[in-house]
Amino acid sequence: MAKKATKGKIKIDRERCKGCQLCVDACPNAVIEVDTSLNKRGYFPARSREKFEEGEKGCIACAQCATICPEVAIEVYRAK
Amino acid sequence: MSAEVAYQKIFGRPESLKDTYTHYCPGCGHSIAHRLVAECLDELNLREDTIGVPPVGCAVLAYNYFNFDMVEAPHGRALAVATGIKRVLPDKFVLSYQGDGDLAAIGTAETIHAANRGEEISAVFINNAIYGMTGGQMAPTTLLGQEATTAPGGRDPKLHGRPIDISRMLAVCDGAVYIERCGLTSLKQIRQAKKAIRKSFRCQLDHLGFALVELLSPCPTNWKLSPKEAVRWVNEVMIKTYPLGVIKDTTGYEDKK
Amino acid sequence: MPSEKMLMRGSHVVGEAAVRAGCRFYAGYPITPQNELPEYLSARMFEVGGTFIQGESEIASINMVLGAAATGARAMTSSSSPGIALKQEGISYMAGQELPGVIINMMRGGPGLGNIAPSAADYFQATRGGGNGDYRTPVLAPAGCQELAELTFSAFDLADKYRTPVMLLGDGLMGQVMEPVVFPDFLNLDELPKKDWTVTGCKGREARALFSMILDTALLYRHNLHLQEKFDRIAAEEQRSETILTDDADMVVVSYGTAARIAESAIEELRAEGMAAGLFRPITLWPYPTTALRALAKKVDKIAVFEFSLGQMLEDVILSVGERAEIYFYGIPGGVIPTPSEVAQFLRSVHKGDGKPGRRIEV
Repeated sequence: MAKKATKGKIKIDRERCKGCQLCVDACPNAVIEVDTSLNKRGYFPARSREKFEEGEKGCIACAQCATICPEVAIEVYRAK
Repeated sequence: MSAEVAYQKIFGRPESLKDTYTHYCPGCGHSIAHRLVAECLDELNLREDTIGVPPVGCAVLAYNYFNFDMVEAPHGRALAVATGIKRVLPDKFVLSYQGDGDLAAIGTAETIHAANRGEEISAVFINNAIYGMTGGQMAPTTLLGQEATTAPGGRDPKLHGRPIDISRMLAVCDGAVYIERCGLTSLKQIRQAKKAIRKSFRCQLDHLGFALVELLSPCPTNWKLSPKEAVRWVNEVMIKTYPLGVIKDTTGYEDKK
Repeated sequence: MPSEKMLMRGSHVVGEAAVRAGCRFYAGYPITPQNELPEYLSARMFEVGGTFIQGESEIASINMVLGAAATGARAMTSSSSPGIALKQEGISYMAGQELPGVIINMMRGGPGLGNIAPSAADYFQATRGGGNGDYRTPVLAPAGCQELAELTFSAFDLADKYRTPVMLLGDGLMGQVMEPVVFPDFLNLDELPKKDWTVTGCKGREARALFSMILDTALLYRHNLHLQEKFDRIAAEEQRSETILTDDADMVVVSYGTAARIAESAIEELRAEGMAAGLFRPITLWPYPTTALRALAKKVDKIAVFEFSLGQMLEDVILSVGERAEIYFYGIPGGVIPTPSEVAQFLRSVHKGDGKPGRRIEV
């Protein structure tokens, strides 16, 4: 089964993230979860999910996560 | 086999913000406010003409984060310092960035008179209803009943007076042409805050006068709430004392909705 | 070329001299006895394309000067004693941020609200901090309108040369009296040394910040040593004083400002009576002209300090003179101005006895 490329992609700088988790709630498609391993500063940073279920849209490059992120830790990419 | 898809970046760090790690707490409103200010400066191509005046407060180190010229001011005096800069360099873009103690306690006189003179300065006012940098003392904007280290039983109107609404007080000044209160604790609020900041910058570029955007800002650490709880507190409690919206607008600009 | 001779009031002289020295920003708050200075500049500044602001307070005014100075402008504020007290925070910040600026203090009686008469009891305030932290403020002490003009120029030059705030001490009498003045010519602003540290927008370079907050103790330590190195240079190179009739004197009066002019007249009385008295007049109060006074003290028997305070410059005299000569002191607070005869009486008593109505100072 071909894996469809998502409309969008985010890059979270895990060392910049302070684990406030506001992005987790901001994402409409539940793309972001909290990492279970600590970053160097002792926060559990946010992380973009790797695996999605059948029917999940994944990232749509709405940039809501990046908009709400206080640390400018998220870059958002949209498929051309 | 997935097809190779090319992606282009649509959201990243604005040029007016340095690529540094900030000392702000997780969920602090300063970080978002910094980014919005930086985005607006980038969009209006103002970075190289900007001189900013940071406060004494959590954002005292703003010159480590903002990528434009800055001059530190004594506590509360940012708008006097900004006045000196703007009068000597009227073609440059001058903004002040202040907290509630800086702008509405020790700096009240400087704030009112800069607004009253109609100084062509754009003021960013971060209202987090507490004194953050010094560890949680009562601010002039601390809410009734809200606890602070110098009001351990909560703000009491008999002892401390009610929270001050400096933005509405400034609206009386003819020299203040645009004052809006926005939030940073929802996507809709953030988008409106950015519009308001951009509009306050336009007021300066068009020589209309003094403009101020008040931003209700979460302070999880000193409110003793988690970042998500702090967001809720702004949206459910703080907004009742400090409702969002335009407080004054004599600009004549037609806003795109 | 210099101006023709004009008859002008001291406060106005400062304003005109400032404008000629390139000052293009003034902010100040009304306070007697220097109101004529902002009044003069409220018109004159606009004639030269500068900025005049009546600030909402002395505090706002010094901070406006701080902002203007940060852009590279020659900026000035003025006030009188209690208003200068309000400016100390701003002055300390300017010293820490290394911003030039000129502060004019037309002194009046204190402490507190005091009166509007010409006292000179702000010597400590001017030369010993005023504000917080390890810094020194160069202080210039003119003794009349001509010197008000010349030292206003010096104040701006010193401030720019060392990137530090400089104070000019006048008093209520000097500000009000009218005397003939010849002003130096207008400085050409384009010929002033360029400032490479200003904030004017970061086009073509890295963004720059001017600040005095340095949280790291090691860095603040270094910054303080850097400032101190600057103040040491000023102390070594900028001491200024004037001597009158000291070559053959066995008694020297040490006095500054308006008090020095009265002392000068008193000395004339003594000379007429055959007493060999002279005058040492500090022109910089910081750096105090220790080198010159120390050398002079070795050659005379008695030093008589006369000031419009209860003993402030006296301490610098003690530091400079030590036991090299006997030290006597006569001070008058409250803005009371003695006649030359009264001062002559003190000096006669120094010459012959215990210095009454002043006193001998045990060192």
